[in-house]
Amino acid sequence: MESKLIAAKSEPLWNTNNKVISIVGALVVLLFTIPLFGLNSFYLHLFIMIFMHAVMAQSWNVIAGFSGQISLGHGAFFGIGAYATSFFYMQFGITPWISIFFGMFISAIFAVLIGIPMLRLSGHYFAIATLLIGISFQVVFQRWDLVGAASGLWVTMTPEDSWIALQFHSSKVPYYYVFLIFFLITFFVVWLLSRSKLGYRLRAVRDDPQAALSLCINVSNYKIIAYVISAMIMAPMGSLFAQYILIIDPDRVFNIEISIIVLLITVLGGIGNVWGPIIGASILIPISEYSRIYLGGTGGAVDLIFYGLILMIICIFRPNGLISLIPKDILERKKQR
Amino acid sequence: MTSEIILQAIVTGLMMGLIYALIAAGLSLIFGLMEIVNFAHGEHLMLSMFSSFWLWSLFGLDPLFSIPITILLLAFCGVLTHYFLIRYILKAKMLIQICATFGLSIFIRSIAQLLWTPDFRNVDKPLLEGRIEVGSVFIGQPQLYASLVCLLAFIGLYLFVTKTETGLALQATAQDRHAAEVLGIPSNKMFAIGWAIGLGCVGVAGGMMANYFFIFTDVGINFALFAFVAVALGGFGSIIGCLYAGVIIGLVESLGGLLIDPSFKLLYVFVIYLLVVIYKPQGLFGRY
Repeated sequence: MESKLIAAKSEPLWNTNNKVISIVGALVVLLFTIPLFGLNSFYLHLFIMIFMHAVMAQSWNVIAGFSGQISLGHGAFFGIGAYATSFFYMQFGITPWISIFFGMFISAIFAVLIGIPMLRLSGHYFAIATLLIGISFQVVFQRWDLVGAASGLWVTMTPEDSWIALQFHSSKVPYYYVFLIFFLITFFVVWLLSRSKLGYRLRAVRDDPQAALSLCINVSNYKIIAYVISAMIMAPMGSLFAQYILIIDPDRVFNIEISIIVLLITVLGGIGNVWGPIIGASILIPISEYSRIYLGGTGGAVDLIFYGLILMIICIFRPNGLISLIPKDILERKKQR
Repeated sequence: MTSEIILQAIVTGLMMGLIYALIAAGLSLIFGLMEIVNFAHGEHLMLSMFSSFWLWSLFGLDPLFSIPITILLLAFCGVLTHYFLIRYILKAKMLIQICATFGLSIFIRSIAQLLWTPDFRNVDKPLLEGRIEVGSVFIGQPQLYASLVCLLAFIGLYLFVTKTETGLALQATAQDRHAAEVLGIPSNKMFAIGWAIGLGCVGVAGGMMANYFFIFTDVGINFALFAFVAVALGGFGSIIGCLYAGVIIGLVESLGGLLIDPSFKLLYVFVIYLLVVIYKPQGLFGRY
């Protein structure tokens, strides 16, 4: 017993299966070389969307998957991030590279302010409250004249590509790399989080709050920490998205669809698992983009029909997500013999 | 700001509140039975309004007379929902239940958008039209009758649940599924009945609102939000709580809109919700 404990303690946190490391390494190298193949901009757009949604879903995964609080209004933080960069750039000329952090900071403050009263609520009460929050943000921004009210913000365009203003008009490749790097950083951070003490405590809070409390884990504090981390992951994506499309309005960046799609991606991929959002995003985003090309375009929401159907089917047949199809021993750490 | 305007706002809020109460009662009944929140409730309301609209537009049936058909259609829809979706996720985690009904709501709404386009429609020249003047207060006739019918349906629902044998069986299942099964009450059948009645309530509300409300595919979202809030306010699973909560929400909505700014009425309701659930987490009349 004692020797096992020592062995477990001496084992480094990042000790993972060699197979997984090599697969992930190969994938990362592949992702970095993809733009060199000269793909047309649609495929680059597809990849950018996959990265963006994977990170957004990962953000939701932290609060819902790890700490078990179902937030249905996560689009609020996305919108805050988007508005932060655009607003500070247009009003004060601050480069988006700095105002991304403003966005994260503002989101974190809102997460604390929202979290303190609301994370005391449990289950359905919290879900409904967050649903209301997401819509309240939209309502407020639609009427707030300082940030352009309902017509939104049209980011001033630089005449040429600019790394300082984070605007590229001639090619999507720089955007690709920016999104890719944010994607990799986020995943690394969340992967570390999932294996850290904090990650285990969050899961303890999710699985049995009372048992966690009896082990001196301050349940409500940890929920707030998870909510703040989750908001800080979400906000930069909003910022980058604003830089990517350069026109933002409340109906787009505070849309309830954002809160829905992060939920959908995570549940599809596998909730509470670091890899779930990647799998979910890389399956769902192509489906949605292609169905929009071939079936949509006339206002018919064909991609949404698929979303709804997929979500119900997954809930009925695979509540643990597609990740549960992969044999467990590939993903788990190698057993010490 | 005279007292007449405030009186007018109170009457309007009261009439709207009774409709919210009935919609919320359906939600609450379903939750009380199987602890599942039907996030597709707004979409079911939309379906009921469309059913009323199509019966009028295709067969020339006035919304007032098509209500029984709408109720039956919605009840059938509820049984289908239970049979194809809910019975598989009864034992699942809460997250999965939320996601499943959320998926259903996206599915119904987008199918409706595909079939009927997102256009705004309304019923032209229904039987109930015009307004009546009581003192200095104007009351729209369709609104008045809608709220009265909703109140009647609510009373009927309450009597059904508390007085009839089926209603008592429903209550028994809600309290303890397994004990009820031991006593020979098939819980699966009770759940189906619960869904049928719950959505039947929505059918009444939607059918009456089709008289004067615009009918479009996103119409349900706001009503469903207020219904969720009403259920949480009144206490999950409590039917009588919904009546009070619905009326409170209706009044807050219309008085807040009058006294402060109508475009933020969602926020006032939200504030009320937060205040109540923070100080009384189980709601006004909740069991949980």
